[in-house]
Amino acid sequence: MRTLPGDPAAAWRIAGALAQYDLSFTLTNALDQAIRRAVGVMPPGLTTRPVRLALLGSATMSHLVSAIRVAGVRRGLWIDIYENEFGQYLQELSAPRSPLHDFQPSAILLALDAYHLSAACTASLDAQGSEAALAEATDRIRHVWRLARDAFNCPIIHQTALPAYPPLLGSNEHRLPGSKSAFTARLNAALRPIADEAGVHLLALDIRASRDGLAAWHNPTYWHHAKQEIAPAAAPAYGELVARLLGALQGRSAKCLVLDLDNTLWGGVVGDDGVDGIIVGQGTASGEAYVAFQDYCRELSRRGVILAICSKNDEANALEPFDSHPDMLLRRSDIACFVANWSDKAANIRQIAEELNIGLDALVFIDDNPFERNLIRRELPMVAVPEVTEDPVSFIEAIAAGGFFEALSVTEEDRERTAQYHGNRAREVLRGSSTDLDSYLRGLEMQLVWRRFDNVGLARIVQLINKSNQFNLTTRRYTEQGVLAVMDDPTTFGLQLRLLDRFGDNGVIAIIVGRLQQNHDLLIDTWLMSCRVLGRQVEPTTLNLVAAEAQRLGARNLIGEYIPTRKNAMVKDHYAKLGFAATETFPGGGSRALLSLAAFTPISTFIHVTEG
Amino acid sequence: MASEDRIYVALDEIFRDVFQRDLPLRADLTAKDVSGWDSFKQIEIIMAVEERFALRFTTRELDSLLSVGDLARIIMAKTTAS
Repeated sequence: MRTLPGDPAAAWRIAGALAQYDLSFTLTNALDQAIRRAVGVMPPGLTTRPVRLALLGSATMSHLVSAIRVAGVRRGLWIDIYENEFGQYLQELSAPRSPLHDFQPSAILLALDAYHLSAACTASLDAQGSEAALAEATDRIRHVWRLARDAFNCPIIHQTALPAYPPLLGSNEHRLPGSKSAFTARLNAALRPIADEAGVHLLALDIRASRDGLAAWHNPTYWHHAKQEIAPAAAPAYGELVARLLGALQGRSAKCLVLDLDNTLWGGVVGDDGVDGIIVGQGTASGEAYVAFQDYCRELSRRGVILAICSKNDEANALEPFDSHPDMLLRRSDIACFVANWSDKAANIRQIAEELNIGLDALVFIDDNPFERNLIRRELPMVAVPEVTEDPVSFIEAIAAGGFFEALSVTEEDRERTAQYHGNRAREVLRGSSTDLDSYLRGLEMQLVWRRFDNVGLARIVQLINKSNQFNLTTRRYTEQGVLAVMDDPTTFGLQLRLLDRFGDNGVIAIIVGRLQQNHDLLIDTWLMSCRVLGRQVEPTTLNLVAAEAQRLGARNLIGEYIPTRKNAMVKDHYAKLGFAATETFPGGGSRALLSLAAFTPISTFIHVTEG
Repeated sequence: MASEDRIYVALDEIFRDVFQRDLPLRADLTAKDVSGWDSFKQIEIIMAVEERFALRFTTRELDSLLSVGDLARIIMAKTTAS
């Protein structure tokens, strides 16, 4: 961070990536200084308009400057900042010639601290006196807005007062007319309508502090030491709130929420568990949590955020819960763009942006699967991918805390937006994508650990064999006895495969059963895999293992078999993709295919294979 | 508990981060001796120390911070007490 590259464009790009991290106050300042050294002036080629922000306030603000600038870099905004001399905001606005006027701001942020605003209010005031103090405070604020507008005719952002004062009465503080604490709350309430009337936007510190707790925003020690009303530790959060508004003023806020389905909108895997088996609805905590998430998404869509689906699924399976699950809140008509297929998600997300005719930087992507999140971060860094856990309650928090959809108003058009996009569904299978999957997969440091069937794995093997429906070539079910019989038969092998990568252990993800026939062909009786690891080269790596096991048994050919069911259409061409030649097709869609082992050379993949 | 040596090693790093250059730290070093050590840098130093040693300075301690030695002594006292 200390040394960004000398080339300003490269430095700006790297700074933008660094700014995505959750940086402390000290690191934020260091990054800003490094940017100023390496980039200096606004880099050419930015699609955003430069911002000249006048930071006008009554308390110390210099510790907020770097944080605002860095939060700008985070969303591609170059921000120059002017700060008034300590406490001189009114004088500088009123003076016809001042450095403020030379600066020519394109936006103004008025940051008046709670101590300054409530100075006239004291507990000795009666109701009338307190009302007069409130009227005086709002009049003064309106006067400042007028001065700013007349001088610069640019957007004005006004910071609401931080609830810094302690209560004097308690829960019924409002009954003490002259309470500074109650006064601050009343002033903040009064600011809302007068700001709307004046066309001024609010920076709602009061709401934010009530969510985070005042201690996260205000430290009396620092106030007394350096007249910093906003604690330096809160500066990065402050900068982020300001930059969201500056971004929204340029129409830079995100427009579309892209959602995964399995274990994101509902619990479970619809292709495997069936529409009756997914977890959504009242009755269980997780079922209710998925409903709550759907409700939040629907509320966002009702205020103009477009919803899109990006899921690895058969489309028919993916749509079924929307059409027929009674507890689903989201319905097909809530979704502007529905993409369910087995292509990689980076290609699908590009497609969604194209279909909706919006930029990739207008998308926010929520997926419970860390593999998919990291793929998108890497391939499409302009898409916002908030970090979530597998717990559905983390999704709402991640979206709300990220502030991606910051908006300054809601129009009729916003309310009808989903209907406008409706019918533009991207359904066709995507053709050749330009996603650089190879380098991503290489970086995953994947390790496939294989073992023959054993008693330790027995329970999991039986469970997978009986539960997997989608990536399952033959859907043959085995009891525990059946699996034990495979273990005992010297002409048969059973393999359990576990996949590990940089992000952790995915557990047992694939099961193979191979049976040597009389004619020395090896029939692949069972090949099933968890859909979570699709698109990661597990299939060819598994084939290498199957071929090696078959050769150990003296087989000449591998015979692959596909038995169609209602759920396994996705693996119809599995063997053809792996280089098998079709030999037989059966009525009803089943088929057999052959791979000669004499001619087979193991397929090279990015997965490291070990026995263990 | 942090020894005085360890505190100075940490302070060296903190000052290097804040001033973006190496400063030979001595107990009697004060803001007057270092160009650029203004009230803003003072806050950065205080914040970094609070973060690094997981402590909070009291208002009175902030008032008494005049030299690097003061800083080290207060850190020592606060980290030893806990």
